[in-house]
Amino acid sequence: MKSKLDKKDFKPFLQGLIDRFDLYAPVKAAEGVSVYQKIARPEEVNFDLLNPQKPLKEVFFPQTEVMFCYQKAGKKNQVTSTEDVNRERVIFGARPCDIEALSMIEEVYCGKEYTDVYFSNKRKATTIIGMACETPLSTCFCTSTGGSPFVRKGSDILFIDLGDTYLVELLTEKGKGFQKNPYFKEADAKDLALAEDLEKKALKKMESSSNPRLPLEGIEKRLDVMVESPIWDRFHEKCIGCNTCTFLCPTCHCFDIADEASGNKGQRVRNWDSCLSSLYSLETSGHNPRPTGRERTRQRIMHKLNYFPKLFGKIACVGCGRCILYCPVNFDIRQTIEEIQNAK
Amino acid sequence: MVQKRIREEAKRLLENKEVDVIVGFGEGSLPLRATPIFVRKPEEVDRLIWNSFCENNLAAYLHKLDRFKVGLVVKGCDARSVTALALEKRFPNHPVYLIGVPCQRMVDRRKIKRAVKKEILKAVDEGGQIIVSGDGFQTSLKKDDFLYPSCQVCTHRNPDQANVIVAEPVEEKALAEIHPDMEAFERMTPQERWRFFEKEVSRCMRCYACREACPMCYCNECFVDNSRPKWIEKSLDPRDLQFYHIVRAYHQTGRCTACGACERACPMEIKLNYMTQKLNQDVKDLYGFETGVDRETPPPLSTFETEDKQEFIK
Repeated sequence: MKSKLDKKDFKPFLQGLIDRFDLYAPVKAAEGVSVYQKIARPEEVNFDLLNPQKPLKEVFFPQTEVMFCYQKAGKKNQVTSTEDVNRERVIFGARPCDIEALSMIEEVYCGKEYTDVYFSNKRKATTIIGMACETPLSTCFCTSTGGSPFVRKGSDILFIDLGDTYLVELLTEKGKGFQKNPYFKEADAKDLALAEDLEKKALKKMESSSNPRLPLEGIEKRLDVMVESPIWDRFHEKCIGCNTCTFLCPTCHCFDIADEASGNKGQRVRNWDSCLSSLYSLETSGHNPRPTGRERTRQRIMHKLNYFPKLFGKIACVGCGRCILYCPVNFDIRQTIEEIQNAK
Repeated sequence: MVQKRIREEAKRLLENKEVDVIVGFGEGSLPLRATPIFVRKPEEVDRLIWNSFCENNLAAYLHKLDRFKVGLVVKGCDARSVTALALEKRFPNHPVYLIGVPCQRMVDRRKIKRAVKKEILKAVDEGGQIIVSGDGFQTSLKKDDFLYPSCQVCTHRNPDQANVIVAEPVEEKALAEIHPDMEAFERMTPQERWRFFEKEVSRCMRCYACREACPMCYCNECFVDNSRPKWIEKSLDPRDLQFYHIVRAYHQTGRCTACGACERACPMEIKLNYMTQKLNQDVKDLYGFETGVDRETPPPLSTFETEDKQEFIK
């Protein structure tokens, strides 16, 4: 089902969403920096960056999230839940890679074994409007990890930027619920042809020498026997042990729970955690099973390329390139993958 | 030429077993980037490079290499970090061998990206010009217009403390008298200063890249990681973000060499240098002290004399 939206109607369209939903979209936080945020005005939406620094996961799995509040009043103990989502949500403008990554976190948090109410309540209440990726960057490698710049999976609605208009594809039942939007018009054959052309171009770029295909085949098996490989001694050397790559990774989903209490009241909070931090694996006894960068870097790579595939049948990387772009020392997971495959 | 001399020196040091490892820069995987590399074999020294993208302060790696004899490729600021660290008795077993490069100032990759707007696929340092190119375009940029602010104001580009210096000294003249961000900060009222600080740190995600990129941040247990006592919560509460950034800056007072590595490392592009630059300026004005310039004088805030006026010290 294909419609289109004139760009001159873009702001009223967004305003319409804001009136009915909590609308989340990329917002400029500073020059060259953007994040997903709940927006109050259409003007806040910003597409200066192909992808915001902080990925889409933040909308569903905030970096800091209060799980419940508690207080003691007299002899009564009171606990207040924070798990409910009171208003339907819409995400606007997420790229296919981030949406694919979200489905991976969903496997963990809404999977067979566990249900995380905080994540799952938000997920259920959300409609995702994806934005096709017409000009992937040279750090993008989604086609190597099973994705593609125009992949529809995960989006309820997909927008394709045609210049003066957006082609709007209503993909799921949730998405088709927007069919009667007053700003959508019927798309004509010219629009469809243009969209197809853009898709072909984007795919062609992903297959060209600017975005070499990564040799990911069989990497899980290879890593099975590489836990004690000397390769890790080299990989970790230049890593300074900050949390940038894991925090900005759209698939990384570790958290740490803390009580923030003072006097008779407090709250239980969960915060993103990172396997690259020494505190992550520090045990109460003082023993740390991952004492150096070697074990911690290995954990990051093994979880993405070996442990996660074992559990869920795919690698925990969507090729968005954020870890490459924002690493302070230019640690490049593409090189890591090549080196693992080339190791003797 | 500089690159050739670095390689020669590295080769000599490794062959003579004067050092176990050379920490220097190699070709980055991204345009406008070089990347830290660790060279252990004389036959691998050709991986070492030198250009205006060698922005990291490699002295930060010394802490985890303290069991080894290290040869370190340093700019002026990095060399002063090593001197400051030596004064804090960080390397009692193996003094670090410094391969010094008189610094031609480093290029601000973000500033270039903002100016060019299109995706840059290749960048070449041609001395005075940086040639950047991408899909269907090529532009030549005047390097001096795209320098890191900390490099514009630097007056210690020559690594005087180095064991060997691989090029002719450069003239110690700043391109700007005062750090632009510090200048702007000084002109603000206290309320404006607070609002500026508040806004900058509000996008901190506590990745601690600023801390990890800094050679002077080497506490075995940083106060933010300490749980007994818990000095600070781990959330993104603005109070905690502000607390972290104030303490981080204050711990640098009289110890920071103004290399700018913290700000360069920040993925959220938070301005950090105006604070440390201001503290550096205060220490210079009050004590006539500059970090890492001489090998004898300890940082003023880390020492005391019996003649000090404060009664509580005695």
